Amino acid sequence: MNFIEARKLIHEYIRRDEEENVESILTALDGVDLDVKQGEFVAVLGHNGSGKSTLAKHLNLLLHPSGGTLWVDGKNTQEADSLWDIRQNVGMVFQNPDNQIIASVVEEDVAFGPENIGIPTSEIWGRVERSLKSVGMIQYRQHSPNKLSGGQKQRVAIAGVMAMEPKCIVLDEPTAMLDPNGRKEVLDAVVRLNQEKGVTVILITHYMEEVIRADKVYVMDHGKVVMQGVPRAIFSQVDALKSYRLDVPQITLLAHELHEAGLPIPDGILTRQELVEALCQLY
Amino acid sequence: MSIILDKVSYVYSEKTAYEIQALKNISLKIQDGEFIGIIGHTGSGKSTLIQHLNGLMRASSGGIYYNGQDIYDEDYNRKELRGKVGLVFQYPEHQLFETTIFADVCFGPKNQGFSRKESELKAFSALRSVGLPEDYWYRSPFELSGGQKRRVAIAGVLAMDPEVLVLDEPTAGLDPKGRNEILDQVARLQRERNITIILVSHSMEDVANYVDRLIVMNQGSILFDGTPKEVFAHYQELEAVGLAAPQVTYLMHDLSQYGIPVCGMATTMEEAKQLILQAFAKK
Repeated sequence: MNFIEARKLIHEYIRRDEEENVESILTALDGVDLDVKQGEFVAVLGHNGSGKSTLAKHLNLLLHPSGGTLWVDGKNTQEADSLWDIRQNVGMVFQNPDNQIIASVVEEDVAFGPENIGIPTSEIWGRVERSLKSVGMIQYRQHSPNKLSGGQKQRVAIAGVMAMEPKCIVLDEPTAMLDPNGRKEVLDAVVRLNQEKGVTVILITHYMEEVIRADKVYVMDHGKVVMQGVPRAIFSQVDALKSYRLDVPQITLLAHELHEAGLPIPDGILTRQELVEALCQLY
Repeated sequence: MSIILDKVSYVYSEKTAYEIQALKNISLKIQDGEFIGIIGHTGSGKSTLIQHLNGLMRASSGGIYYNGQDIYDEDYNRKELRGKVGLVFQYPEHQLFETTIFADVCFGPKNQGFSRKESELKAFSALRSVGLPEDYWYRSPFELSGGQKRRVAIAGVLAMDPEVLVLDEPTAGLDPKGRNEILDQVARLQRERNITIILVSHSMEDVANYVDRLIVMNQGSILFDGTPKEVFAHYQELEAVGLAAPQVTYLMHDLSQYGIPVCGMATTMEEAKQLILQAFAKK
């Protein structure tokens, strides 16, 4: 069985008036099928309001399905007693690092998660050290989070999740508030966790460049999965992506435009290196 | 009509252990109707700089002149200045608070002392300028999507009839289509209303596409000030301070190294496309 399996997952936000009558229903997830294997790096794309974040919140049971089923780590999320197991195994990182850091010293912040799930103190320090190392923040363990840059804070937030030793981490636009350097730091840390520690990663983002390294990409629109595949296959469909309010990496777009203008460049170019090679072969 | 900064310095927590010099001797002239981009990594002084432009922060030393008048003069009307230099902060939608969109946009001019009727006329024209369809105007701002909320927040500042509009990362967290919509709207304001635009951004691609003049901040000083082409020609120095040039700038460099004679440099996709097609046509 896959680590995450969603079948016809539905979520409805129901608004009620003062007498509890239903005023309006917004279907945020409309029959989503999702398969994520243990150890995979999956990216989810979609415009604002397409249902990405609602999906993310289902994965560690911050929300419950209105219909359909969702299994996480072999457990059905509808069953009440699976809640704590799933939350320990699926960690979440949100957009704003300032909303996720609570302690006044970096290492104490990272220790909060494991302490909260009852890990013995002796073991907590080992976990704190390992997770800070895994995101490259160990030299800041005694610092105040206030004085860190956005990218550093976000890596501390990821370390805080890693200290709970989850099998999977879900990142909901973790780089939206960061500068280019911070974005790179965070993405590199995430890719390393995936490759070296085998953590399953689900990355929700608006930055097309961040998706290139994923194993699989899901594109959402109006609560439905409208495209899925490897990054190269997804990004070769420039016009379809644009119709979902999305974009492709600048280099991919340039390759596409050159192709339209008559240069026989292959589809699905993702990196600068690939485009340079393709152009050199033609020249 | 212009803003002149003359040797402006700003020190946070002066004469304490936490003293940080955020601005160092900044001299700058901003002409009427310019479209200026400001880039720099987190903590480089961008936000401190823009908060000086409407007198929200007071320089530790140096002077600021708005249309030739010293804004630090005893009898200078700084309240009026705040209406002339409109500041749109990061995530401005967090500042929406009224029950309807229209009422929210009326708040600024009402607060400036305009009558109800005048305020409504200004709100009307501001909402038109940001392209929000009229059937939304009397709904709650909280029913809108992220991009729409942001446009309402920008309209709230526009309703005060600013001569200068300063936007601090107006596209953070928006999907690619939403990003382009906001930037196109801002560019239109500059063209049609001749408003001076100052855009703080983390996206090198965005500034390359839209602005006429680019200012690079580093450690409280101005590192470069010129057209995007002039600035991005220094991509090695930019990397040294945690920034980068657009991907296509690097591509042009790579191509000429591999012997494809692209003449000149590119900062936008369109320029790169033309240069590559020219090189292939000459073959």
